[in-house]
Amino acid sequence: MSMFSIFNVSGSAISAQSQRLNAVASNLANVDAVAGPDGQGYKARQVVFQTTPMEGEATAGVKVSSITESNAPFKRVHNPNHPSADADGYVNYSNVNAVEEMVNMISASRSYQNNIEVMNTAKTLLLKTLQMGQ
Amino acid sequence: MFANLTNDLDFQAKALVLRGERQRILASNIANADTPGYTSRDFNFKDALSQQTQTNDSELSKTGKGLSLKNSITETDSRHLAIPALDNSQLSGSSAMGYGMQTQPSVDGNSVDMDRERANFVDNSVRYESTLRFINGYSKTILSAIQGQ
Repeated sequence: MSMFSIFNVSGSAISAQSQRLNAVASNLANVDAVAGPDGQGYKARQVVFQTTPMEGEATAGVKVSSITESNAPFKRVHNPNHPSADADGYVNYSNVNAVEEMVNMISASRSYQNNIEVMNTAKTLLLKTLQMGQ
Repeated sequence: MFANLTNDLDFQAKALVLRGERQRILASNIANADTPGYTSRDFNFKDALSQQTQTNDSELSKTGKGLSLKNSITETDSRHLAIPALDNSQLSGSSAMGYGMQTQPSVDGNSVDMDRERANFVDNSVRYESTLRFINGYSKTILSAIQGQ
């Protein structure tokens, strides 16, 4: 039956959204991380979504095709007394924008909830179909 | 005579299968709400259903059986009733799968409007359930007629 593939489609969607939430969590955890001796701080990670065709016409799931790192400039704070200060007295922090990450988190959470609801509705309808005629 | 009794049931069965197909397509749209470059799909239910019933009316007169859609279920006995299964290649013209336009411009080319998809999904679910009720009610009517109550 065609409606069973809804579970695969929505399952792929919640898996992709939870990977997105994982990336957001990593970024927010590393907002104040200081760069190591090589001068490279933590770069914000973003997931890239891609449509994957599933069986059935116009049925498309979603998957994370790659995780990219942002090339935004690091946050530099002048603090010569810091143990990790470079030659000019600047300390490199990460390039994570906390506000952007919070918005990302809200959007991922809404998408996750929507797909859960799609799965629940499909399950209810299929169960009712099983009881047809009784 | 049997065809007269099951005509209404055939119609509701086709409607149910089409509703299931539409449910699947709407679920794909909701799953891809954040994917860049994805365009939402949908089809005109009224046209698709009328196309399916018209196809079968002409087949009815030819074979005298009733259901002629391509089956994904094989009948192993000649007495098995044919189960309708939707073959998407039969959807053509106005009932073919269409693309949804962007309601609000989006930089990443995604044309899924979450509100529109959610509303369509809920609407389709309720109509699916109502089709189930119609089938139940009709089969109970036939049963009570057979039992003579």
